[in-house]
Amino acid sequence: MRSLKPRDNRAWFGVLPVVLIVAFSAVIPLMTVVNYSVQDILDFNTRFFVGFEWYRETLNDPRFLSAFVRQVVFSGTILLIEIPLGIAVAKGIPRNSKLTPFILILLALPLLIPWNVVATIWQIFARPDIGLLGVGINALGIPYNYATDPTHAWITIVAMDVWHWTSLVALLAFAGLTAIPRPFYQAAEIDGANRWQIFRLIELPRLRGVLIIAILLRLMDSFMIYTEPFVLTGGGPGNATTFLSQYLTTMAVGQFDLGPAAAFSVIYFLFILLFCWLFYSSVVRNDDS
Amino acid sequence: MIRSRWVLIAYVIYLVVPLYWLMSMAIRSNADIVGDFALLPNSPTLANFAEIISNPVWYEAFGNSLAYVVINTVISLAVAIPAAYAFSRYRFLGDKQLFFWLLTNRMAPPAVFLLPFFQLYSAIGLFDTPLAVALAHCLFTVPLSVWILEGFFSAVPRELDELAKIDGHSFPYFFFRIFLPINRGAIGVTLFFCFMFSWVELLLARTLSGAASKPIVVVMTRTVSASGMDWGVLAAAGVLTVLPGVLVVWFVRNHLVKGFALGRVS
Repeated sequence: MRSLKPRDNRAWFGVLPVVLIVAFSAVIPLMTVVNYSVQDILDFNTRFFVGFEWYRETLNDPRFLSAFVRQVVFSGTILLIEIPLGIAVAKGIPRNSKLTPFILILLALPLLIPWNVVATIWQIFARPDIGLLGVGINALGIPYNYATDPTHAWITIVAMDVWHWTSLVALLAFAGLTAIPRPFYQAAEIDGANRWQIFRLIELPRLRGVLIIAILLRLMDSFMIYTEPFVLTGGGPGNATTFLSQYLTTMAVGQFDLGPAAAFSVIYFLFILLFCWLFYSSVVRNDDS
Repeated sequence: MIRSRWVLIAYVIYLVVPLYWLMSMAIRSNADIVGDFALLPNSPTLANFAEIISNPVWYEAFGNSLAYVVINTVISLAVAIPAAYAFSRYRFLGDKQLFFWLLTNRMAPPAVFLLPFFQLYSAIGLFDTPLAVALAHCLFTVPLSVWILEGFFSAVPRELDELAKIDGHSFPYFFFRIFLPINRGAIGVTLFFCFMFSWVELLLARTLSGAASKPIVVVMTRTVSASGMDWGVLAAAGVLTVLPGVLVVWFVRNHLVKGFALGRVS
């Protein structure tokens, strides 16, 4: 189908507005960042060219490295939970029941709540003095307090992210499942395939496309997480839940270290591109073989 | 299937319980909240909601937020529709590279853009207006809109375009009276996604708005730090920020599944 498309360079007029607006909202700012990253800016009239000094400094900064490790562990953890859980939830959604629209709306709900409100909900829910969860766990005899114990802070943030984003995976996977034609299942039934085989040999390959999108979206977005830990724990206790965006924001807006913050930004962006590209190209390579 | 049904039920409970707690906090007085712990509110009150409706700081913030979300959605759709049509119907110089480049903008962490955005919008006098936030949010809503719409538009056979031409319809007539109405589901879903990513964002919205255009999400974080935890009002504001989302999802409910497949499952 796609190869039949006629060639016509006048189609550029159609994409021109998008190019202009993205140039304005992305290219100009990005160029500014790159420009800052190679300068030492004392004030706006006194600046020196310092080459890759800030890049070297950032990559050797132990606080950057520990934030980076926390970030990778966090993204890995939530992907390992949210992807399988999302698929399982999607498989449980009835296809053509009167309840289906309501379940879908309910699932979509967390995606539409402002991110700081998500954090507020979890704050109210998990606080050991007024929260249902916090009070409940403490009543079981476990001294739970996400504001003072780093492990509890981590578990709470992961639980919050699972609450917030598993729906996205589930809705994507459900969209993929509904597109599998009935005869596929009938053929499998005739061949006597069990439930696990049906899942592994029919459903999973058919879900590939949507799962790639789900993993990419969750990978990028979890790597950029800022608002939820900022509101819930403020990055604490100590630095236990300070992820890359939060460290960067403190640097850029809090301390106004323009040069180092800019170098940090470039490295940060390149890492996300690298991870997405690695994932994407490894999936596509598997396709070819 | 039976086991997945239980996973679904457990997950729905997991979704609903924190929401229940938010709602039950919203109808309690502060004395009630910090007093004795109770599963059900002892003396339900609408005072927290009344506070929000009567206090200009709160309701103006709601207006400010809706203003940039609407502007953003209009801009995103206005530029993304022609682009998605061009991508879905023609091959042209650099089309694949352009499409991929658009998507990479979705991968840029907003934190990276804080400073340049702040300086850029201050320089051109847009700082502290809804337009500034709306344009900044285009960073992720425009690429996403193009992506979704292109998937849907590609699924509409090109023969339709040709038939309209043979019938003697002009291109604008075809595009606005035939093509767009056919794709209203796709446009609804795109609207849903633009709304979803613009309404929920805090970091850029906070950086680009000062006193005059303070959005609801910012007012909420200020309340937490300033007046010593007014949990009831905070919870009520939380409930109110969930409502626009419920409305939007209700309107696109029939297209939701196809929308999440981004038009390209098969």
